[in-house]
Amino acid sequence: MRALDHKLMRDLWRIRGQAGAIALVVAVGVSLLIMMSGMLQSLRETRVQYYESYRLAEVFAPVTRAPARVIERVADLPGVAAAEGRIQGAALLDMPGQALPVRAIALSLPRSMEPRLNALYLKEGRFLSAGHMDEVVVLESFARAHDLALGDHLTATMQGSRRTFQIVGFAAAPEYLFTTAPGEFVPDDARFAALWMHEEALAAAFDLKGAVNEVLIELERGANAQDVLTRVDHLLDRYGGQGAYERKDSMSDRFISEEISGLVATSVVVPPIFLGVAAFLLYIVITRLVQAEREQIGLIKAFGYTDFEVALHYFKMVLVIAVVGAAMGCAIGLWGGRFMAGLYQSVYHFPFLVFRVEPSSLVTGVITSILAASAGGIFVLRGVFRLTPAVAMRPPAPMDFSRTGALNNRLRRWLDQPTRMVLRRILRNPGRIGGAVLGIAVGMGLSSAQMSVMSGFDDTLDLTFGVIDRSDVAVSFFEPMPAATAYAMAHLPGVIEVEPMRSVSAVLRNGRESYRGSVTGLVENARLNRAVRKDMSDITMPAQGIVLARALADTLNIGPGETLRVEVLDGRRPVIEVQVAEVAQTLLGAPAYMRFEGLNRALGEWGRVSAVYLRVDAAEMDALYAALKEMPTVAGVTQREDARAAMQKLMDTGAGAMRYVMAAIAGVITFGIVYNAARIAFGEQSRDLASLRVMGFTRGETSYVLLGELVVVVLLAVPLGIGIGYYLSFLIAAGFSTDLYQIPTGFRAEAFGFAGVAVLLATVISGALVRRDIDKVDLVETLKTRE
Amino acid sequence: MTEEHTFRTEGLTKTYGEGVAAVHALRGVDLDIPRGEIVVLLGPSGSGKSTLLNILGGLDRATSGDAFFESDNLTEMSDRALTRYRRDHVGFVFQFYNLMPSLTARENVELVTEIASDPLGVEEALSLVGLEERMDHFPAQMSGGEQQRVAIARAIAKNPTVLFCDEPTGALDSTTGRAVLHVLNDVNARLGATVLIVTHAAATASMAHRVIHFADGAIREVVVNETRLSPDEIEW
Repeated sequence: MRALDHKLMRDLWRIRGQAGAIALVVAVGVSLLIMMSGMLQSLRETRVQYYESYRLAEVFAPVTRAPARVIERVADLPGVAAAEGRIQGAALLDMPGQALPVRAIALSLPRSMEPRLNALYLKEGRFLSAGHMDEVVVLESFARAHDLALGDHLTATMQGSRRTFQIVGFAAAPEYLFTTAPGEFVPDDARFAALWMHEEALAAAFDLKGAVNEVLIELERGANAQDVLTRVDHLLDRYGGQGAYERKDSMSDRFISEEISGLVATSVVVPPIFLGVAAFLLYIVITRLVQAEREQIGLIKAFGYTDFEVALHYFKMVLVIAVVGAAMGCAIGLWGGRFMAGLYQSVYHFPFLVFRVEPSSLVTGVITSILAASAGGIFVLRGVFRLTPAVAMRPPAPMDFSRTGALNNRLRRWLDQPTRMVLRRILRNPGRIGGAVLGIAVGMGLSSAQMSVMSGFDDTLDLTFGVIDRSDVAVSFFEPMPAATAYAMAHLPGVIEVEPMRSVSAVLRNGRESYRGSVTGLVENARLNRAVRKDMSDITMPAQGIVLARALADTLNIGPGETLRVEVLDGRRPVIEVQVAEVAQTLLGAPAYMRFEGLNRALGEWGRVSAVYLRVDAAEMDALYAALKEMPTVAGVTQREDARAAMQKLMDTGAGAMRYVMAAIAGVITFGIVYNAARIAFGEQSRDLASLRVMGFTRGETSYVLLGELVVVVLLAVPLGIGIGYYLSFLIAAGFSTDLYQIPTGFRAEAFGFAGVAVLLATVISGALVRRDIDKVDLVETLKTRE
Repeated sequence: MTEEHTFRTEGLTKTYGEGVAAVHALRGVDLDIPRGEIVVLLGPSGSGKSTLLNILGGLDRATSGDAFFESDNLTEMSDRALTRYRRDHVGFVFQFYNLMPSLTARENVELVTEIASDPLGVEEALSLVGLEERMDHFPAQMSGGEQQRVAIARAIAKNPTVLFCDEPTGALDSTTGRAVLHVLNDVNARLGATVLIVTHAAATASMAHRVIHFADGAIREVVVNETRLSPDEIEW
């Protein structure tokens, strides 16, 4: 077989352009497979390990004030394996050199520094030393974002009193894989901090001596979480329990779960597309090769090689391409995975996130690609088997186009001969043309869908920060304030307009559907933060009833006119029944709105304000911040521009970055198919093309015959690609949309236009490459050879 | 240069490659080919006859010397001008027919008449080669002889000044080959086209007005036939 192997190497070298293109498509498919399966595995395992090692609670039960001894009673409840209590409270940090105070959560640590649940991963420095009430351990990601060093001092305002702490350690915690300030959706390392301090220090600050305001619970193996929640709520009710919730409902865990399910969706859909395309390309390329080498095949068989040996020879070619592609894919996948892990690490704060691929994943990748390639090759080998030496050695009969003649009479009148040649070739090979059309369309669909989703994200930002929230600054208070205090903020420097808002945590229930969120009270004709309809018109807050965000109405399966049960978790915790008045268009979060006065009335409080939205003269922003910093009642200040920038950053990293990668590699498929289609057409027709040149057809006229087919393929593929992309964008958007944020979809002309232009560009480049070959054709040589 | 000459060459050479590897396909050919004749170029493989045909047909370029078609010097023409020349004046017939498999006989001929300046009728061209009955068949539905006749019809349909035939009967049996030579003879007689035939088959020479013998890239002998045989009389 050595001679045949020499032939194999030379053949591969001869078709290196095409073989390389196919190997590249295989490589992309395999690399995505490896990257995504590895990433998924790494994320899942790391999360589990991290949660377990640092004993992250499975149930969180916030409470107003519970005596410390309640913890033991919670621990005794059926289904509870362990319980721990802690104190947590809002703090505002005055960062040197920064106009805006930073929101923080302060958390208590027991004297042992080793809480039963929710332990800390100390990354630098040390834990708090006994008796030093002014020491603090800071969340490492925040420290890094602000270039804090051990020994630095932090000034924090808690419950209106201002204290200075010394930083002794930097830590990470599994409950802050993802840091978002309460009530915000956007993670931002710089704008939210977690601080750990002595229990006694916090108890003093929040007036909780001998008490806790959060109970952490670990479940027994196999315990029913829902039952435990019910029991815990019942037990804590008299202490002002605010509703226990599971770990999976915590913001940090929810974000990472969304990320994982997004990855799963993509890893199931995308790599098979690439491998399918590779199989198709191999099929057409090897078919062409076998056609062109029929004489050689006959000759080899005449020498006495068996059908099997000859078939194996061609199969080896398929194998070499598949294996080279798979090897490249493994390398790219490993490299890409590391790169991706780095991206994830910048958003999620795992103590470690090592991109690790099981050897079995690599094996699966290689085997899958070989199987896919073989599927393409197997049809061709049938042809090799069928070819007898006698038939093979005879010159091939001209390709039979007689079956395509039917259109002839109708077309005759208005088609010239070159156009007929193009059309007949298309009609004669509908399968191959269809395959190429489908392949290009899928590639284009994939990239346009990804781009649609990307611009959908932009719409989410525009709607949220341009239409719904038109304030410059939002200021929230530790405790609901009297309205008069809130309106007094109009006198602060630079404030042009003040709009009050009331917000309470609540569980919204409709039959068996429920959602843990909040209800926002807006003034009747809100201007700075408002609810809007789909057509962007204002929704006037109704005197009665509640307005739900689309995502929330969908989650609760409820519509206008139906009654919703609202279980308020703050204050006296009233339960109210309220009619759904309208459904609002929102893309970020899942808010529920009521009239400001109506919500307060339901709460049995009058004129209380949780936060105000301000419109501010930009020139006086710094003066305003300075004034806000001095106000002990202020819990947080959010600048709209910062929130928007943080959101944008989130979209551009992690899974967001993946979308750019996908769009780019979808381009690779498109080019691979277009180029191969052009090359095959050229291979089959080079003699016809030379004949045309000899007959006096110009280069342009000759190229028309060759590239006409390509143009038809592309013209068919583009509308199909738009259709595929349109529907695919709904799928992808649905996969990425959550109750945290929704991605609007629709026909996005710019995405489809861009993808279409990319396909046309690939066509032009392929056409130019092949056209160069037409120009190089040796007329004399081509005409003398038989095929 | 008189109007009676279709082609005239002076010191025409063609060298492939360079240095020691150089192959001298033509070594200074001087030749006159009168208008309206059938000229057979005879010679063994590699003697340069096909190279000459390719240069006169505008498919290849000479290394040095001149080749005139009527009063135009082919060696000085641009690619574009050569294409124009082939389009307007030249018909080609090849050993392997080179028909477009995706076009019927009629359409193969139309391919040429659509771009020619003064073409024959398509049906006229096909009836000249005796294929008026098979006009709507595709190449795959025809025998080798029929395909070659379509190729000839295609070559003559543009009403060419000159018809080049490279081994036109090389792939055919004697009966079909004779039929093809008949057609070439007819075309020459009826249309007055100059016909240049390159062949190994010495017998073909007996139907020519003029026979040019090639050896080693040069003309060894030019024989003018006093009496020409009809294709039927040729010993195959």
